[in-house]
Amino acid sequence: MEHILSILIFFPLLAGILGFVVDKNSAKAYGISVAAVEFLLSLWLWASFDTTNAGMQFNEFIPIISQFGISYNVGVDGISLFIVIMSALITLLGIILLDERKIANMKNMIVSLLFLEMTMVGVFLSLDAIIFYLFWELSLVPMLYIIGAWGGPTRVYAAVKFFLYTFAGSLIMLVGLLSIAYLYHLEAGVWTFNLLDWYQLDLSVGLQFWLFLALFAGFAIKVPMFPFHTWLPHAHGQAPTIGSVILAAVLLKMGTYGFVRFSLPLFPDASVQMIPFILTLSIIMVIYTAMVAFAQKDMKQVIAYSSVSHMGIIMLGVFAMNAEGLGGSIFLMLSHGIVSGALFMLVGVIYERTGTKTMSEFGGLASIMPVYATVFGIMLMASVGLPLTIGFVGEFLVLLGFYEVSPIGTVLAGTTIIIGAIYMLTLFKRSFFGPVTNEKNRGLKDLDARELTALLPLVAIVVWLGVYPKPVLGPIDTSVKKLLVDMEYKARTPEAKETIISLQRAKEEK
Amino acid sequence: MLEPVKISLEALNLATLMPMLIAVAGGLIILTIDLIKENLHKSLYVMLTVLIILIDMGATLGLNVNDRGFFDVMLVDGIAIVTQIIILVASALFIPLALTSKRFHEYSYPEFFALFLFMLAGLQFMVSSDNLILIFIGLETSSLALYTLIALHNRHNSFEAAVKYFTMGALAAGFFTMGSAILYGLSGSLELNQIADVLQDRIFEPGMLALIIGGASFLLASFAFKLSLFPFHTWAPDVYEGASAPLAGYMSIVPKIAAFVVSMRIFEMFIKLNVEWVQTSILVMAVITMTLANIMALVQEDVKRMLAYSSISHAGFVMAAIAIATTKSNSAVFLYYGLFMFTNLGAFAMLWVSRHKHKVHHARFDHPYEKFAGMINIMPMGAVVMALFMLSLAGVPPFSVFWGKIYIMSSAVDVGMIWLAIIMGINSAISAYYYLKLIVYMFLKEPSTTISEETVYYNVSKPLMTVLGLTVFATVASIFFVDPLLEYITHMVQVSGY
Repeated sequence: MEHILSILIFFPLLAGILGFVVDKNSAKAYGISVAAVEFLLSLWLWASFDTTNAGMQFNEFIPIISQFGISYNVGVDGISLFIVIMSALITLLGIILLDERKIANMKNMIVSLLFLEMTMVGVFLSLDAIIFYLFWELSLVPMLYIIGAWGGPTRVYAAVKFFLYTFAGSLIMLVGLLSIAYLYHLEAGVWTFNLLDWYQLDLSVGLQFWLFLALFAGFAIKVPMFPFHTWLPHAHGQAPTIGSVILAAVLLKMGTYGFVRFSLPLFPDASVQMIPFILTLSIIMVIYTAMVAFAQKDMKQVIAYSSVSHMGIIMLGVFAMNAEGLGGSIFLMLSHGIVSGALFMLVGVIYERTGTKTMSEFGGLASIMPVYATVFGIMLMASVGLPLTIGFVGEFLVLLGFYEVSPIGTVLAGTTIIIGAIYMLTLFKRSFFGPVTNEKNRGLKDLDARELTALLPLVAIVVWLGVYPKPVLGPIDTSVKKLLVDMEYKARTPEAKETIISLQRAKEEK
Repeated sequence: MLEPVKISLEALNLATLMPMLIAVAGGLIILTIDLIKENLHKSLYVMLTVLIILIDMGATLGLNVNDRGFFDVMLVDGIAIVTQIIILVASALFIPLALTSKRFHEYSYPEFFALFLFMLAGLQFMVSSDNLILIFIGLETSSLALYTLIALHNRHNSFEAAVKYFTMGALAAGFFTMGSAILYGLSGSLELNQIADVLQDRIFEPGMLALIIGGASFLLASFAFKLSLFPFHTWAPDVYEGASAPLAGYMSIVPKIAAFVVSMRIFEMFIKLNVEWVQTSILVMAVITMTLANIMALVQEDVKRMLAYSSISHAGFVMAAIAIATTKSNSAVFLYYGLFMFTNLGAFAMLWVSRHKHKVHHARFDHPYEKFAGMINIMPMGAVVMALFMLSLAGVPPFSVFWGKIYIMSSAVDVGMIWLAIIMGINSAISAYYYLKLIVYMFLKEPSTTISEETVYYNVSKPLMTVLGLTVFATVASIFFVDPLLEYITHMVQVSGY
């Protein structure tokens, strides 16, 4: 299968277009089948993936606008492989969880989700800056519709804010990308947007700095970094369950992935220079949003803010610039996708039953819905980072790697584990333990087959990768090490070289 | 006794005149048919016009590049050919929009089609000459025909629009003649290439620069009227509102691309003479135009007025490319308009499809946003098509306008005007808001009770659907033909020496 990546990208698109013809009542089954095929394809990709090869695999290259150097160029390495699989998995489980009785116009929902899946997979597989940008922007459209059509009372405001905020940031990013292409043209005499060619580009430190900032505008809003995070709580607050799940699990990862794929290898010197800046923002983001999460009364908002807080830890890992931190942050992207996706699903489940997400409405749910409480508990522990769950592995690696950069920062960031434990356990205590406070809740049903089908695979993954993360960490580590070697080779200033090397060496000595 | 004037036909090179002659002859044929037999159906004239446009297109494609003719006043260079092709394609898409299911006043007159063809000839003259007088004649021929076409819509606000446009056009014509007079006074010639040579020699004479700037300012003001650039843009929204929707869409493309080519010829001459004032003022005008029009578009209640302001903003984008004045930016002008043409014509055609004879939705507007509320539930295909046009106009990849936009932004980056590229980016983000507003209405709002498929799809017919299909196809599939298009355009711009 030479064209497996193209198939992965365009199969959901084709299925989405054909989905217009499918009957309304069969739409969900259609969606599940398509997403399942896509997931199996992504597993096939994993099976045929050469884990010892650190570079790009399954490359495809077709020139589109040869004069301007734009080409359809895709490839996969250890960094993107698992994010793609995770996207396919989350989409599949999200569609399974959709309730046909609650979602009006299921066909439109399925079609939008399939388009969204195409753009997500496309972003992570593109190796051409313009094609990357194309999928990046296109992903806004189905999400706009999902939030705007099936969301809460102020859904239109939330959807438009989400769209405009990210759109504005990414246009600045576009200017940055065009500038890089121009600089490449100056140096090499040809136009190209091929990322692998761009990696060879030698830029002065000043230029790197400005270009880093331009790309930062696009990526940071998507992550979302403090202080650009304000669109996210709105979007989560109004989005339907499926929207929140995909937003938290996959769309936010586009931002951090952008940093790994673009900013670090293209601007090694600027990245090293910017460590203190990013570090400060990330630590503020981690602690501040954790505290805000503690103050929330709405269950979904708690999870939304905790998800932002964890994105901060991912950012710290990315800028730790060593194999542990970077590898750990990529692993954390996956685990955050699975855990926060599952948590949003769980909140969705209770919201569908009661029509409320306010914590004070609940209490003693554990006695009424034991299975639900168990699954929630496991996911919550994973989110807090309990050892032997998936959350622990990534978080531990990130903090370990980040210790080389700044011990004090690590301590500060580590406090989130404590704050996280506090707000998560408070949430759990208030809603699940104690006497049943709200009589209306007595009649609630426990998880049914549909919800269990969606949630149990995630529970299994949380435990499996928590206990034995090697099959995933291995390929990630191989590609991350190559990335760091390339960065060190490319860095111009001795300080940057030294920083990157010393961060590696310190680790090896231990 | 006077010497008889001897001119050989070969020296005239009448081939350069063929496209315009075809258009003029076509107009005359239509008038003759009307003389012979009255009350023929409009479909006859529509199809005849389309055929004439196609023949015209054939003649245009057959032109030799960089050919001169007719006492050297005709200049058929690459950009002249490219512009004529854009004009003809847009016309071929525009004319079938007359075949609506409801009867509209203007199309019952064969004169409409004759005037349209005369306008076409005028525009073609205007773009394929570097003689200021011929440019002026072409400009006026086309403008006078256009005023009449607007007025033929036969509503009180279309008369208002026509008169407003006429008055403004007359003022612009005055500016044009004054500017040309100054240039003639300085150089003793009306040919742009000779003017350039003379000015090159004389530019360092004392007091000369002030005169050159004076002439350039008059010309700039004149073209700013035509291109609806700030501060001469005030006529545009009213005129677009008064004109019928397809004509408004047509006006946002064809007369503008013609005026852009002439501005390219005139102002790049000044920019090459290093008259920095010209470049700076074009940039300032372009930036203010795109920003101000965007902000005005935000507050419009009528989709057509919103599209009018958005067209002004797009013109600002392209004007910035003229100021950048590199081969790349000049190619970007044609790429942008070549792609923008399909999207914008399509968007206006969607308004035309939904046009009622009377204002049933709003006391003042034909196309208020409320009319489109909940369109996804009533007519899903229509809503999707309109949404595609809006996304394309907002510059979302991979739809057509995006490619033009990045090419202009990239050419700004190339000459070091990063600030301009960023302003363009910010403006795209602002514009996304009002395009999204329509999408929000169509997809996310509940339909009002009075709206049904018939009331929205009031004016639809097979030919309109065909035109819409073509424009949607070009908008969505642009990624596949940008490459050959760009190659052709760049080649043509290069051989013309821009």
